[in-house]
Amino acid sequence: MVEYVIEMNDIRKEFPGIVANDNITLQVKQGEIHALLGENGAGKSTLMNVLFGLYQPERGEIKVRGEKVNINDPNVANDLGIGMVHQHFMLVQNFSVTENIILGSEPTSRGTINLKKAEKDVQEISDRYGLRVDPRAKIEDISVGMQQRAEILKTLYRGAEILIFDEPTAALTPQEIKELIQIMNNLIKEGKSIILITHKLKEILQVCDRCTVIRRGVGVGTVEVEGATESSLAEMMVGREVSFQVEKGPASPKELVLDVKDLVVEDSRGVDVVNKLNLQVREGEIIGLAGVDGNGQTELVEAITGLRKAKSGTISISGTDTTSLKPRKVTETGIGHIPQDRHKHGLVLDFTIGENVLLQTYYQKPFTNTGVLNYNLMYEKAKSLIEEYDVRTPSEKTQARALSGGNQQKAIIAREVDRSPNLLVAAQPTRGLDVGAIEFIHRKLIEERDKGRAVLLVSLELEEVMNVSDKIAVIYEGEIVAIVNSDETTEQELGLLMAGGSKEAGEPAT
Amino acid sequence: MKNFMQGRGFNILIPLIAIFFGFAAGAVIMLFSGNNPIEGYSALIAGIIGEPYDFGETLQRMTPLIFSGLAVAFAFRTGLLNIGVEGQLIVGWFTSVYVGLAIEAPMIIHLPLAITAGAVAGALWGFVPGYLKARFQVHEVIVTIMMNYIAMHVTNSLIRTYLLDSGQRTGFINSTASLESGFLSELTQFSRLHWGFFIAAAACVLMWFILWKTKKGFELRSVGYNKNASLYAGMNVNANIILSMSVSGAFAGAGGAMVGLGTYQYANILPAFTNIGFDGIAVALLGASTSVGIFLAAFLFGGLQQGANMMQSRAGVAPELVEIIIALIIFFVASSYIIRWGLGRLTSRKGDK
Repeated sequence: MVEYVIEMNDIRKEFPGIVANDNITLQVKQGEIHALLGENGAGKSTLMNVLFGLYQPERGEIKVRGEKVNINDPNVANDLGIGMVHQHFMLVQNFSVTENIILGSEPTSRGTINLKKAEKDVQEISDRYGLRVDPRAKIEDISVGMQQRAEILKTLYRGAEILIFDEPTAALTPQEIKELIQIMNNLIKEGKSIILITHKLKEILQVCDRCTVIRRGVGVGTVEVEGATESSLAEMMVGREVSFQVEKGPASPKELVLDVKDLVVEDSRGVDVVNKLNLQVREGEIIGLAGVDGNGQTELVEAITGLRKAKSGTISISGTDTTSLKPRKVTETGIGHIPQDRHKHGLVLDFTIGENVLLQTYYQKPFTNTGVLNYNLMYEKAKSLIEEYDVRTPSEKTQARALSGGNQQKAIIAREVDRSPNLLVAAQPTRGLDVGAIEFIHRKLIEERDKGRAVLLVSLELEEVMNVSDKIAVIYEGEIVAIVNSDETTEQELGLLMAGGSKEAGEPAT
Repeated sequence: MKNFMQGRGFNILIPLIAIFFGFAAGAVIMLFSGNNPIEGYSALIAGIIGEPYDFGETLQRMTPLIFSGLAVAFAFRTGLLNIGVEGQLIVGWFTSVYVGLAIEAPMIIHLPLAITAGAVAGALWGFVPGYLKARFQVHEVIVTIMMNYIAMHVTNSLIRTYLLDSGQRTGFINSTASLESGFLSELTQFSRLHWGFFIAAAACVLMWFILWKTKKGFELRSVGYNKNASLYAGMNVNANIILSMSVSGAFAGAGGAMVGLGTYQYANILPAFTNIGFDGIAVALLGASTSVGIFLAAFLFGGLQQGANMMQSRAGVAPELVEIIIALIIFFVASSYIIRWGLGRLTSRKGDK
């Protein structure tokens, strides 16, 4: 009996100018869930792409079931029973689940696709592992969690024995995460092995058997999860102690900054998703907006920042009515906005990081004089911001696309916070980031608060809202249903309020 | 080598390889059609640089191609496909000639006025699809294609009704509006080379300056890459779309003015499209939408078109072959992915050893 199904020994992979992987050894036992832990940009994906045959390593050997193999093509990886569930799903939106699964290896009889048989097969696999996927459902009609299961099914259908999950929980709701963990356990029971790429420590403690840690491209080591703690893993990953409890003093709220009155906002379908909402944020406090996704948070933030028109009601910032102003005017009245989707709204990925850092101020003096942009000055400013906010990039002229998520987010924060806005709106500022970056961002938010800025933090992660905010406003169906003090509330209470539970459960603060 | 592959060098390599493949395929076709490729190509080269006259004509041909290439590239940088350069060039041609005919003024006023008129006409022709795109989300490709036909038939009709002088054309423009250069012409054995060539070169610098040095250029490029982020950063995306199409049209219209005021000195009833505008797409593509690239690509295509005559007369190769070579070069540029892949394969194999 071979002990390890996968052995990657002493892998080194170089890219021009960077060593992405060095000295990494990953050994996965048959039937275990093995975590691959590292910060964003630590080289986890590179390592998996080496295993999957997308990159060739400069050094090191790969063994599958004890035999040395040369994986120079994803097809080879497939044949060896290695399957990958990508973070960004590779699915055709208007195809059914089954059609997506058989894509590329369609079972045919006399030249026509035997969809019936395929559907039956898919159903069978789905039942065996408790995936509960409808083989006939169209991808565009099913939830993100279901789409992910379709991806899992795809690898199983192709006979994968070793499944690689790349950040599988990033896009899932807490309920879906629970179900996913159940599915992973089912897979293990059926004798599969799993490599879980993640930077969420809780998940590792919950499901994994062992954990291999990479720090800045170098293998740190492998530990048994039993006996490990969140902080011990975090320390291995970051290389120093990490504080999970955000340190902050009591808030000292002063003048009113953001004042939203009876606001009604329509979503793109023309439905009122923000309903007569009232919300106030004062100088020197952080208000957390908690709620289940899709209760009007996105539209509220867009209305505040001028990206979406209000149907009725008013929004004012430090006494200026900004209700129907254009985004730039709103920005100039003193808003900093960390948008929810950093790739869509936050950055021009094909621009350099320097250009991105100046995306809100490029038109002002001294950068622009009589229509001519002084790029030298711009890059000088960018350089100092990049240093100040610890954005790790080879140069200020590197394409934003090339940076890791955490560093991209730091660049956005540098841009938004440096303008010293009265109001900072942070929408899911830590989504998809690792602990080091999360810590940095939380610290920045509190720093801004202590400088006397008003901060509105919108997040789907309860823990974040509770840790960082001073008060929590709970949004449900476009209304603020309760405002509670964050140190007096519990997750249970918030959960109840977010689900539209009775207001009596939480004591509304005035 | 790997650094080189990622960087700029690689981007220059691709068009060069595409050109090489284009000529190689052309040689094969010549072989099959019973011609000697060496003879054919030496005739082609002689047709471009053999005599000062040929060289002058090459520069004359590349002048409007530069403008149409710039027009396509400028819109493309903002994420727009301007297929209407042809029509914008036609209205620019017509309008500049009309101003050249109808107005009497000293050259220092008349010539700039006529060129500007051409550019403004082109800009208006570009403004319409830009506006429709920004206001009603009508796809610019469809509108610009249709605007080409409108441009051709409207100008033809105007010439036929009001300006017909002899045969199928208007009268000659006043000399005060002419780009003709006795000096350049004499220098090149009385080719039709005119001052417009230098204006085209200056236009290359102008596009580079707008896109890479000005605030507006920054916004235009930003909108081209990511409309959402641009909107979020407070840029007026719709205004930038309209502006981009208008400036693109202005480049095209100025190109038309070069043809009208420089090469021909008149406008004529067009039996079909000039193709200068459509060739601009090829020029911009081969030139990777950069000013220098467009200048060089325009030289290549202008030269090929000019040299085609000599290929026919001296080597008996059909001039259509040149069109095929141009088409093949474009094909190879467009399939640069394949070239990239092939080169990647080549270098990674070297790396293994």
